[in-house]
Amino acid sequence: MTTVETATGATKTMVLNMGPQHPSTHGVLRILLELDGETVVKAVPDLGYLHTGIEKSCEDKTYSQAITLTDRMDYLNPLGNNLVYCMAVEKLLGLEVPKRAQYIRVMMVELQRISSHLVWLGTHAIDLGAMSVFLYCFREREEILKIFELFAGQRMMTSYIRIGGVALQPPAGWRQMVERFLKMMPSRVDDYENLLTENRIWIGRTKGVGYISPEDAIALSMTGPTLRAAGVVYDNRKVFPYSSYEEFNFNVPTRTESDCYARYLVRVAEMRESLKIVRQAMAKITDDGPIKTEAPGIIPPQREKMKTEMEALIYHFKIFTEGFSPPPGEAFVAIESPRGELGCFIASDGSPKPLRVHFRSPSYINLQALPKLIEGQLIADVIACIGTIDIVLGEVDR
Amino acid sequence: MRWIGINSRRYGFEIVTESASQNASVVAETLRSWNPQAVAEVIEYHGETTIVVPRELLRAAAERCRSHAKLQFNLLTDATCVDRFPVEPRFELNYHLVSIPRRDRVRLRVRLSGHDPVVDSLFPVWPGANWLEREVFDLFGIRFHGHPDLRRILLPEDWEGHPLRRDYPVEGFRDVPNTGEMFRKSSVL
Repeated sequence: MTTVETATGATKTMVLNMGPQHPSTHGVLRILLELDGETVVKAVPDLGYLHTGIEKSCEDKTYSQAITLTDRMDYLNPLGNNLVYCMAVEKLLGLEVPKRAQYIRVMMVELQRISSHLVWLGTHAIDLGAMSVFLYCFREREEILKIFELFAGQRMMTSYIRIGGVALQPPAGWRQMVERFLKMMPSRVDDYENLLTENRIWIGRTKGVGYISPEDAIALSMTGPTLRAAGVVYDNRKVFPYSSYEEFNFNVPTRTESDCYARYLVRVAEMRESLKIVRQAMAKITDDGPIKTEAPGIIPPQREKMKTEMEALIYHFKIFTEGFSPPPGEAFVAIESPRGELGCFIASDGSPKPLRVHFRSPSYINLQALPKLIEGQLIADVIACIGTIDIVLGEVDR
Repeated sequence: MRWIGINSRRYGFEIVTESASQNASVVAETLRSWNPQAVAEVIEYHGETTIVVPRELLRAAAERCRSHAKLQFNLLTDATCVDRFPVEPRFELNYHLVSIPRRDRVRLRVRLSGHDPVVDSLFPVWPGANWLEREVFDLFGIRFHGHPDLRRILLPEDWEGHPLRRDYPVEGFRDVPNTGEMFRKSSVL
């Protein structure tokens, strides 16, 4: 059992156990709160209720088998997890991904960012008492999941991004579907803003709540919208561009207030920027072209080749039995997930299974700033602060 | 830079490594000019710079990296460990640093033996190291000297062993029924 040391030593404080089943902890987060009246004196997060040992499991899988595990970490951003893992393996192998596959990846990851922000906005609003926003957000998220289903046959755990490219060719009719979504979405984002941005209750619950200074945010390794709401422009898509992001024209929204309201504005603005990126990516994706790189022995051969060529059949057999062995070495790749810098570190010892796979999960690292956000605040603000960090417990505990 | 290794013959295509970053040597040079012993080894691989630092100098070198005007690595983005059991020194502790003003990345590495896996905590340099090091302590059993709150974080506090070590079986240790013995399932594919 975790115990809280009394900070004041006085007898009037009480310890309140919040979670792990509390609905507004967005999963199974437990926080021990020491309260003086309604003021939080000390907060100690307690994690690990969803620890599934994904990093250990990856060590017992071949490189391509481990992709399906990465989906399950951050279940609101499975494509981002696929992308960072695949990019790390590609870096180890020195593989070049065809431009067309890179644009498809960018489009999918940006759609995923919108859907993740929609879930965040909906759940954050419902925590603070705005029920209708939740219903609207999930309505639009459904449209994105339908696009994923069209592309990958799966709504959430798509495993669509694979080593060397993506799994399938874009299906017939995808342009119309994405186009319809892009037409509809800007006015829907306006609707959320109409409901919340100037809403007195929303402002009262979020403005000035959960302040953290930019220096503290950097010192505590925070990344993502929480850091950008503090005025620090750090976005991996701009600073260390990957997957051809340097060819896209978009802004990185920042604020300087660094409270829950500023983080809300940053995320809503990010949704609009993501729509811009999706539109540009759609224009860049040609109607036909390769979706995977050519690398015999690593990328599974096409079905037709497998039926006609002996080598292709042998490679197919070897990939799915033994796997492939990247040269010994380490690779660290970081992307911008909806929650911040999502990193993947892979160490290879030259065998078909990774020696070590580590994920730098933004939720986990951002969460350690939670005590800083809520100490000295009212207990009702704890919920606003948990929501504003945008944690996914599957990723926190891994 | 195109580098054709043994693997290219095996796979039948060239392995292309990215060219080493221009700033790669800046970190090593700056650390060397401060203390010649601070840089034990510089590894350039896939465009990533790894600086191997002796264990005793880790905290001082990290402080240099953070505060030196030419380096400014103000964000500690990740800390993780690799277990190379049964090779000694088996642990490789990696700290990934980012300089937001200079747009640069570097990796600090410390090698630790399995007999005495203790190292200075970087919490005084970057407070963000707190949970990162707790995770490494939890899963690898590396102890951080000077850490303010070194407790398990992901596993229960009464858990035995450190699961991410290579000598810890993936399935965990299980009891064989009616014998009281432990068995380990083969990890061969």
